Amino acid sequence: MIAHSIFFYTFSIIAIISAIMVTVSKNTVHSVFFLILDFISISCLFIMIGAEFLGMIMLIVYVGAVAVLFLFVVMMLNVAQQKNQWFASEASSKHIPVGLIISTIIFVELIIVVGGWKYKPGLFDLDNSINNFNVSNTHALGRVLYTDYIHIFQISGMILLVAMIGAIVLTYRKRSGVKTQSYLKQISRERSEGVQVLEVESNKGVKIDD
Amino acid sequence: MTEIGLGHYLTLSAIIFSIGIIGIFLNRKNIIVILMSIELILLAVNINLVAFSIFLGDITGQVFTLFILTVAAAEAAIGLAIIVVYYRNSGTIRVEEIDQLKG
Repeated sequence: MIAHSIFFYTFSIIAIISAIMVTVSKNTVHSVFFLILDFISISCLFIMIGAEFLGMIMLIVYVGAVAVLFLFVVMMLNVAQQKNQWFASEASSKHIPVGLIISTIIFVELIIVVGGWKYKPGLFDLDNSINNFNVSNTHALGRVLYTDYIHIFQISGMILLVAMIGAIVLTYRKRSGVKTQSYLKQISRERSEGVQVLEVESNKGVKIDD
Repeated sequence: MTEIGLGHYLTLSAIIFSIGIIGIFLNRKNIIVILMSIELILLAVNINLVAFSIFLGDITGQVFTLFILTVAAAEAAIGLAIIVVYYRNSGTIRVEEIDQLKG
């Protein structure tokens, strides 16, 4: 049990420090890297607590896809010019105390909720599917996900499809001055406008560019 | 050192949630960091759901964590696309220069 405590504190301290660094870091690229570190340590926590499938999915989805997407956008846009300053002027930093107060209040409320938590008697002895140690975490998750929650699962697939189409539609633009293939023009070309039969007289030749 | 229980995970989740909210307010650099703060908040919610799911012995929490993961990925993609379009149109993504709505 002591090893469990040590791992928990290590990973959670790394997660908290990197979460702070995400918000305070001056360079946006560093923020993305700290976000990746945060996700990795939280997924280590998930794996440690017994939710292996979610930990691995977290690694794949966040570190593999979302963080790389963030890096792509950060490097595509020109944000390097503003990396060495936090606040442009005094006027833009006057709402920081409000933000600090609000987040402190939220944190205190959450802690009060956790501290005043009273467990229902016998709550931890619920006989549910996860307590069945014969099946793995992935197996148990799949048994529920593809039966009871199949409609929500398919709706989430639709959400991903809509997001993909939306991102493409948003960022698509027609560029001028770029040579592209026009399939419609290609297949609607007639013989009369492409080929011409000429009677060539001897010693005269053909003038092409008329 | 006491045994790691549900309260520890909930406290960690509360800390990360608050850091995400501080990040939204504190940030004056660009919108990308605000999107990252939203990702942090969603991560805190995921920690909550997984911790409850494990400690209460009900796997439904992990199922919904999966759905939250899906929606977070979609939201990141759409948000970044909007940022790219905005940068293309106005040439900046600094938070204080985005004032077209006069908010």
